[in-house]
Amino acid sequence: MRRVLEGSHAVSHAVELARVKVISAYPITPQTHIVERLAELVADGVLDARFIRVESEHSAMAAVIGAASAGARSFTASSSHGLALMHEMLHWAAGARLPVVMAEVNRAMGPGWNIWADQTDSLSQRDTGWIQLYCEDVQEVLDTILIAYKLAERVSLPAMVVLDAFFLSHTYEPVEVPEQDEVDAFLPAWEPTEILDPADPHAFNQLASPEYYMEFRYKIQQAMEDALRAHDEIDAEFGRRFGRSYGAVHRIPCREGERAPLALVTTGSVTGTARVAQAALRQKGIGVDVVKLKLFRPFPHEEIRRVLGPYDRVIVLDRNISFGSGGIFASEIRAALALRGEQPAVYPFVAGLGGRDITPQTIESVVARALGDEPPSDILWEGLKL
Amino acid sequence: MVEIRFHGRGGQGAVVASNILAAACFIEGKYVQAFPAFGVERRGAPVEAYIRIDDRKIHLRTNVYTPDHVVVLDPTLIEVVDVTRGLKPGATLLLNTDKLPNAYPRFTSFRVATVDASRIALRHRLGSRTHPIVNTAILGAFARVTGLVSVDAVCEAIQEEVPSHHEANIAAAREAYETVVLPEAPAEAAP
Repeated sequence: MRRVLEGSHAVSHAVELARVKVISAYPITPQTHIVERLAELVADGVLDARFIRVESEHSAMAAVIGAASAGARSFTASSSHGLALMHEMLHWAAGARLPVVMAEVNRAMGPGWNIWADQTDSLSQRDTGWIQLYCEDVQEVLDTILIAYKLAERVSLPAMVVLDAFFLSHTYEPVEVPEQDEVDAFLPAWEPTEILDPADPHAFNQLASPEYYMEFRYKIQQAMEDALRAHDEIDAEFGRRFGRSYGAVHRIPCREGERAPLALVTTGSVTGTARVAQAALRQKGIGVDVVKLKLFRPFPHEEIRRVLGPYDRVIVLDRNISFGSGGIFASEIRAALALRGEQPAVYPFVAGLGGRDITPQTIESVVARALGDEPPSDILWEGLKL
Repeated sequence: MVEIRFHGRGGQGAVVASNILAAACFIEGKYVQAFPAFGVERRGAPVEAYIRIDDRKIHLRTNVYTPDHVVVLDPTLIEVVDVTRGLKPGATLLLNTDKLPNAYPRFTSFRVATVDASRIALRHRLGSRTHPIVNTAILGAFARVTGLVSVDAVCEAIQEEVPSHHEANIAAAREAYETVVLPEAPAEAAP
């Protein structure tokens, strides 16, 4: 059924459609409407799940780790400082190979206090072993929750579905909500192989000495590499069933069948605005291909090389920063491209931090700079008011 | 694409008004995008909400800077907030006030329409004398003034989106549709 939904509520309805059994969350800012609506759905008996209210995000993650260990499909949602407080437990969920799914609303880290869109919160959790999927619009948010469960359960790793604060979390737009039976066919009940069961006691996650630890890490890396292929398969299956698929890396050419001299790499909701800027630039005779990066962990190295390698120039637009280095997506893309002989010149722009608007004019400006005489640099800033 | 900005005070229902209007336009087959001013809301403080309407999918994800229409839910905001900020010349400015459009000579570059939505809301027992809930009434007036959406679709959206007092809200929307004072000069550039 097609209806107008707020981004946060699209997450809640996807969780309902996924027949999640345990939800745990801490409800105070920077939390969003996601768990508010889920609490209502559980209280009204619409969603047959246990909603566990806890005293912190750290405890919320601990609770879903416990639930998933017992074999229950589990969900939580958080943002910025809440996600940061979960950090220790994020490692635990991945190390324990639990397919928990979390909705992560990209909000800036303080101080100064800022609840607006900024990706540094989720990217700071890059090395925890979580799959990370970035979304462009509300429909993609809903669909990606369903894809994330199937992917997480396939490879036994947790998955984070990332959506921009306000631009997606608080925006109402038309969304196709799939039917329950269609979702059930795509996403059957999770059948874990190893669960905590008092009737059949086992010990989990105990001491791993240097004799064993490294092989556990190797297996997590292998699962991530499997997740690359699994994501593409599951995304394609979703496309066959529901008519929508997204790709780990999705190239949006300026002109169909042609390659422009310049590629612009975007993530999250900025991709939508980049489509608008692309059309405006085309009118002015400037060709820019937009390349949308959805899957950040596992990082699609080969696909990045294949898609971006042939360009002369590549802009990466980062709404995040690793202090002392630069934009995080740009850094990973440059590392991937380094394996190629010939490489495009990469223009790593940092823009839109803390919710500063990235408009079509912002994008036209970075394009003009990259096509002009801007010398390649390790970091380029756009829209600074100094 | 049409962009609309709502001005209200926290708790008056400006955000809900933008959601109801989005639902109404969606019912009539339009693509919509509605969102609040991105910020921290407090009861009584000036708030803004926005909606974009188009025949095609809307990809743009930015704030609204140059609206085609502005709706003001609280007459006291006119003195406090620059309600015509970025408003395109010839655009519609719909005010909830007991005054007539010619009481606002400073807005002559816009199509000013007025409706006494507070009085209409109170007559239908929506809210209290100090806090009338005017968001449904003003949408009835909006439908008449802009012609962007039918009043029937607004009423259907009220039925879907408003949790209670459907009949009173629908009656208020219809009364505002009938009693809104239209701009004196016909539109030139208004989309």
